[in-house]
Amino acid sequence: MSGFARHRRSGALIATFSGFEADLLRSLTSQIVELLRNERAEPVGTEDPLEAMFDFSGPTTEPEDPVLRRLFPTAYLDDEEAAGDFRRFTEGTLRDGKAAVAGAVIDALADAGLPDLLEEDGLMIDVELDPAAATQWLRAFTDIRLALGTRLGVEDGDEEHWHELSDEDPRAQAHDIYNWVGFLTETLVEALSDP
Amino acid sequence: MEPDLSPDEITFLAKPWVTIVWNDPVNLMSYVTYVFRTYFGYSKAKAEKLMNQVHNDGKSVVSTGTREEMERDVQAMHEYGLWATMEFAS
Repeated sequence: MSGFARHRRSGALIATFSGFEADLLRSLTSQIVELLRNERAEPVGTEDPLEAMFDFSGPTTEPEDPVLRRLFPTAYLDDEEAAGDFRRFTEGTLRDGKAAVAGAVIDALADAGLPDLLEEDGLMIDVELDPAAATQWLRAFTDIRLALGTRLGVEDGDEEHWHELSDEDPRAQAHDIYNWVGFLTETLVEALSDP
Repeated sequence: MEPDLSPDEITFLAKPWVTIVWNDPVNLMSYVTYVFRTYFGYSKAKAEKLMNQVHNDGKSVVSTGTREEMERDVQAMHEYGLWATMEFAS
């Protein structure tokens, strides 16, 4: 397992993934895209059916899924109306943006040689990103970690709890993946900040 | 307006909205610092100071401005996956 580094001459951000790791990343980003499509961003709660039919602008209430609530937080804590307006005008754009960065990761992995169906053993995938693409990857990593962290119920200073779980426990495995994406994030931030 | 206000106070009075970033258990300290530097253009020192406030105090005011400016900043923080809210700084 290796993280990201900065190529001295070209300034590109580079990483080498095993076929398994690249496949896992693709699967995680694909799940984010699915999640974003799952619960549609549409207006809720309008009493007047005619008005509802002509209101294509966006949702005004919090999503039901806790992961989506974390990805699209309520912007005003004490003003429900302003929060609804903010959500109506921003959530659609935010959803599109998050789907786009997830899609960028999926496309880059395909461009780097990850086949649609991974069968070959020992396949290595070399990824090379310019700084703009690297920023997209960072955002995609963050969305994956927010989704996993929310599902797992990760809290500050709970490392010991995860260590105590049996290796067979699916939560322990999910937490290992969560930590791995964190490691990728950390190395990519460091490589990007490297002068 | 009082004539003896400092420039900072005048700015504060003219731009009474704030963007607040809240601590969350997921985002890494290095990433939060990176976002503050990249999006706001803050120096490394200022970005780290704000990140430490978020981490230690649970939240930090990361920008001040008009309501429209703060809506843009909050939306940008949500794009980056940070938990941000805005309020009128009364």
